[in-house]
Amino acid sequence: MSKSNFTRRGLLKTSAAAGGALAAPTFFSNAMADGHAGYLNAPQGSSVTLGFNVPQSGPYADEGADELRAYELAVEHLNGGGDGGMMNTFSSKALTGNGILGKKVEYVTGDTQTKSDAARASAKSMIEKDGAIMITGGSSSGVAVAVQALCQEAGIIFMAGLTHSNDTTGKDKKANGFRHFFNSYMSGAALAPILAANYGTDRNAYHLTADYNWGYTTEEAVRTSTEALGWNTVAAVKTPLTQTDFSSYIAPVLQSGADVLVLNHYGGNMVNSLTNAVQFGLRAKEVNGKNFEIIVPLYSRLMAKGAGANVKGIFGSTNWHWSLQDEGSKAFVKSFGTKYGFPPSQAAHTCYVQTLLYADAAERAGTFNPCGIDEALADFQFDGMGNGPTLYRAEDHQCFKDVLVVKGKENPANEFDLLEIVEVTPAAQVTYDASIFGGELGTCNPGA
Amino acid sequence: MDAIILQILNGLDKGSAYALIALGLTLIFGTLGVVNFAHGALFMIGAFCAVTLQRILALSHEVAVPGETDFLGNPLMRNVPYVYDWFGEAAGQTIIEWSVPLALLFAIPIMIAVGVIMERGLIKHFYKRPHADQILVTFGLAIVMAELIKYWFGANPIPAPAPPAFTGSFDFGAALGMDPNTIIYPYWRLVYFGFAAVVIAAVFAFLQFTTFGMVVRAGMADRETVGLLGIDIDKRFTIMFAIAACVAGVAGVMYAPINSPNYHMGMDFLVLSFVVVVVGGMGSLPGAVLAGFVLGILESFASMREVIEFMPGINQVVIYLAAIIILLTRPRGLLGRKGMMED
Repeated sequence: MSKSNFTRRGLLKTSAAAGGALAAPTFFSNAMADGHAGYLNAPQGSSVTLGFNVPQSGPYADEGADELRAYELAVEHLNGGGDGGMMNTFSSKALTGNGILGKKVEYVTGDTQTKSDAARASAKSMIEKDGAIMITGGSSSGVAVAVQALCQEAGIIFMAGLTHSNDTTGKDKKANGFRHFFNSYMSGAALAPILAANYGTDRNAYHLTADYNWGYTTEEAVRTSTEALGWNTVAAVKTPLTQTDFSSYIAPVLQSGADVLVLNHYGGNMVNSLTNAVQFGLRAKEVNGKNFEIIVPLYSRLMAKGAGANVKGIFGSTNWHWSLQDEGSKAFVKSFGTKYGFPPSQAAHTCYVQTLLYADAAERAGTFNPCGIDEALADFQFDGMGNGPTLYRAEDHQCFKDVLVVKGKENPANEFDLLEIVEVTPAAQVTYDASIFGGELGTCNPGA
Repeated sequence: MDAIILQILNGLDKGSAYALIALGLTLIFGTLGVVNFAHGALFMIGAFCAVTLQRILALSHEVAVPGETDFLGNPLMRNVPYVYDWFGEAAGQTIIEWSVPLALLFAIPIMIAVGVIMERGLIKHFYKRPHADQILVTFGLAIVMAELIKYWFGANPIPAPAPPAFTGSFDFGAALGMDPNTIIYPYWRLVYFGFAAVVIAAVFAFLQFTTFGMVVRAGMADRETVGLLGIDIDKRFTIMFAIAACVAGVAGVMYAPINSPNYHMGMDFLVLSFVVVVVGGMGSLPGAVLAGFVLGILESFASMREVIEFMPGINQVVIYLAAIIILLTRPRGLLGRKGMMED
């Protein structure tokens, strides 16, 4: 007869200790396993895994689906399939269609759900379970900032998808994070001269701002740049992110004496607030002897589609548009359009470019080590990717390139032809001092 | 003064939607004793009936435009709707533009079918189960419906504009002798309010002045006795479920031009509509309507800039705050009856 020493209390204690050990970050143990390579998740076989973290459910699922299409196209091109797309027009010729550093590119996907905690969980799973060497994607600044911080901590490169807040490469910038997409500051700087030219310098603006990180930085950017023109800001009202009917926010706009309404909204918020504003007949009104105008600082074609005819004649900015006629854009639109039957969105474009830029940096660095990638991308100048000559600035890992000012098209030829390019604002006009938004880039973390 | 009138007007259309959804919820709860968390999804399906009819009317064939090319350099194809071929371009365009009001005719049979299938296929198995089970199964059904809509229509909102005759807004300020532009209100929202009033009146008249309505009211009061009188109350209640689904559906159709329909619009309305039902008094139809308008207007007031500046965030909690106060002072809600959900 043997006597068991297990008691209920003892079992609980043991379970708690075991659970605690299991719950502890496994980055260190993984790093130890790959320690000989000097960085986390160093590819061991003939393939390398990229992690595409995009919203596959939730309100931005359509944008996420387009990002995923672009990633699949990029992987196909990197592995030598298809027509090569922008690899043929990219100024760097390090990519040869033989994967990355001779390793076949494979990928795993995660669903961010456009929620920071879900996005972090899916990124963590791709890093720990699937051995992803790089995480990319997303359609929200809140998610981008959260995942970027996780990647910095883990020692993985993060190539941001669609994120427009100044904070991503401003106060929340990280050495392991890189953004190709433009930001709120650039939108404000690009829009202001066009607004002055079209609407004059004596205007009273009323801002409706989505009550979160991106909304604040966009409002601040547009306010600063329009006030510098001589515009007066009558009021700036924060609207809850969950708001669907904006009528009670829009009704008082005319009473305030404002003659311009700035909608610092994105996604469903933008579609609904713009639809409500047009319903209220604001655009047909005359205030202070001037036509009432509406501005949407950040446009997305996918969102413009939701707002239908309401976008006609409304100014905004965008990172890229399929109707651009440079060789890079044409090559990308041809590849994407042939494969999927419709033109790509700006989210698809930035994700495709980010994947190629990462692959190219690895080739030039001769390693997947995040510190090598960091060095290869720092102050890297390139062209042929659809936005003209572009600089990946070393100080904040932000790309500086031309910004498009667009206007809702009056007579669209088809369902994709919603925006027309009014001006291509040169990169120099939207460049700013890296220190103005604060934050510390820190040093690269290879995770080992 | 003008700001107050403006926010009362604003609250009316939101209140109309709350009242219509809450009316259906109360009908189902009062007759079947079922707490239907899928009711918001029925509102959403109604809105997507408008989108579907719009797409059906816009079904088209391609005609090449000579001398023009598309984004890939192929010959540009222009879509010509079949209704243009059948009725001529001008009449065809008018039909497409009026797709939302026309969708009412399209939505009614669909919503009746959805209601009957829901009630016969699922809900009836939960009549004798606890309310918690009913909530879980109907909430699950709401998620399934929303995901199906997302699968077919995507996650982005889809515009369903009002007919051009109702675009723009009415200047109440000018009509009342105030400065122009002080009180403006979109025509379509006025239409929505009028429509809601007609539907609510029709439901009340139906229950009040028809034999069918009388039986249903008797069934709501004492189901067992009505059954003992030899009346097939179950069949009538199935019809009531279909009517409630129909009310939610047509409310959704007409709401489509106000906010572009998306797959989660049902959930957005559902929780608030439940608060409306509780505040109005469980099982009380006039209570549901009254509470719908009161809370809609209250929400509108709380969204005023002056109010938000004084109390930030009040716009997001005001309905729940009002609900707490009303339920503390009147535990059965505004017009609640004794005995409802008190067993």
